[in-house]
Amino acid sequence: MDFVPSFALVAPELLLIGAGLVLLLVAAWGGDKAARGIAIAAAAALFGAGLMLVPGLHVGVDGPATLAFGGLIKVDSFALFAKALIYLAAIGALIVAPAFFNSAAAGTERVMRAEYPVLILFATVGMSIMVSANDFMSLYLGLELNSLSAYVLAAILRRDTRSGEAGLKYFVLGALASGILLYGMSLLYGFTGGTAFTAVRAGLTGEMGTGALFGVIFVLSGLAFKISAVPFHMWTPDVYEGAPTPVTAFFATAPKVAAVALTARVAFEVFGGQVQAWQQIVMFTALASIIFGALGAIGQENLKRLLAYSSINNIGFILLGLAVANADGASAMLVYLFIYVAMSLGSFVALLMLRDDEGALFETFADIRGLSVTRPAIAWALLLFMFSLAGIPPLLGFYSKFVVFQATVEAGLIAFGAIAIAASVIGAFYYIKFVKVMFFDEPAGVVTGKSGAGHWALLGLTALIISPLGYLLTPSLTDLADKAAASLFLAV
Amino acid sequence: MIGIEHYLTVGAILFVLGVLGIFLNRKNVIVILMAVELILLAVNLNLVAFSAFMQDLVGQIFAMLVLTVAAAEAAIGLAILVIYFRTRGSIAVDDINRMKG
Repeated sequence: MDFVPSFALVAPELLLIGAGLVLLLVAAWGGDKAARGIAIAAAAALFGAGLMLVPGLHVGVDGPATLAFGGLIKVDSFALFAKALIYLAAIGALIVAPAFFNSAAAGTERVMRAEYPVLILFATVGMSIMVSANDFMSLYLGLELNSLSAYVLAAILRRDTRSGEAGLKYFVLGALASGILLYGMSLLYGFTGGTAFTAVRAGLTGEMGTGALFGVIFVLSGLAFKISAVPFHMWTPDVYEGAPTPVTAFFATAPKVAAVALTARVAFEVFGGQVQAWQQIVMFTALASIIFGALGAIGQENLKRLLAYSSINNIGFILLGLAVANADGASAMLVYLFIYVAMSLGSFVALLMLRDDEGALFETFADIRGLSVTRPAIAWALLLFMFSLAGIPPLLGFYSKFVVFQATVEAGLIAFGAIAIAASVIGAFYYIKFVKVMFFDEPAGVVTGKSGAGHWALLGLTALIISPLGYLLTPSLTDLADKAAASLFLAV
Repeated sequence: MIGIEHYLTVGAILFVLGVLGIFLNRKNVIVILMAVELILLAVNLNLVAFSAFMQDLVGQIFAMLVLTVAAAEAAIGLAILVIYFRTRGSIAVDDINRMKG
């Protein structure tokens, strides 16, 4: 077998793995003093890997030329779109980290560990493999590379009890999810005779037997765990609250993109011949996520917990696009993902800017009372992100919900779309609570710390993307998403 | 004669035991790690049984991959458990409650 074309296809991953290994050695010898340099080098590697995706992303690639390593990996437009989003989110998580870890926010240690950027790199490679998997083996490999790095990232503040607890909870439930997923894969292997996506698809034609049906359900359940969709969402608020905030920002963006993309690929490419078997399950999960996410967020005092429920709610809308089960729905899902990453990253950056003089972070509603008087820029930015998450026009969050609903209605699933719209009104309640607390309450006056240029730049950029100016992006974004969605259905 | 269905039954029993071990256990986090290993064992048993039954090597290769990843997973799980124990002084499941949920 000639490996040169295969290696050329996975060049971005090779760059990231190489950079990760070299930087791991630098971290081992340089110690935590080198952490900032390692973070910059890691961000540069991610940027370089992202640049490699541009040509393919621009023209749109699919077909047999995208298969690498005997069909284990498939680098089509869909994978490229997801990878580009993942790399951008990972760069964001690297930019905001040093200011957090080097301040009082990181507890007693006050030092950024040199392993942090390396773990982000390895997690990103794992996600890259996940979204371009074309075989259950490469899927599992990528998923575990991502998950194992993520468990350590959640627990990276070694002296902080909340961080350790978040890592432990994430590990136990993540390992359970992997186990469920694997059991499903083993059943599918047995009842279809292969682990390649094409082989499993070929084995799943006609009436499905009980064993294969169990396999499908187990695989979907395991994936639902990873994207924290209801009824497998219970770990999300605890992990988001306990993990250090830059890590939470990472969890809420990059792995979500990877897991959603993976779910879409499995649903269409593996279970594409049995749409009626999973469509109802996904639709139920989507609506349940929207409703539970909206209801759960009410009454939360901790802003990170609130954003965790908000991400469950948003995942519901993304799954609604998947449940439509056609190219329009998949394209709407990808557009939503892009806008979700911008909104989510922006709101976590805004949370990271709520600091006092020592750099300690504030993360409850009580602390942001009257923020519009003391720190108007942060208050307005936070408001912008919350309104966008609620889907209030003219912000871009409205557009993302609009395309998903449009796809839902055009596919004739009007009742489901109506339920989702009704539930999103419930969600508006807690987003609007931000207005009341930040603009009408007496100032608490605790948020006094200054933030660095990196935070302001990222906040400005994400705010610009979701502002009405972001609509200028939508034609090219829709074009890219359409190409990506088309490559997903070409495999059929 | 022991057929494929016997292997699958044992695999299913092991899997259910593992899942129950995670949810019903109220004592010790180490038991949870053991339950996770039990689940992976059930998967491996399934894979190898199918592989032998179908005369197809892919399942055994997959089982090797799962074994390797399981080792890494156990190492990371124990490492997280150690740092957790250092700060809290306990690994009882009921004590993991700093955050509600």
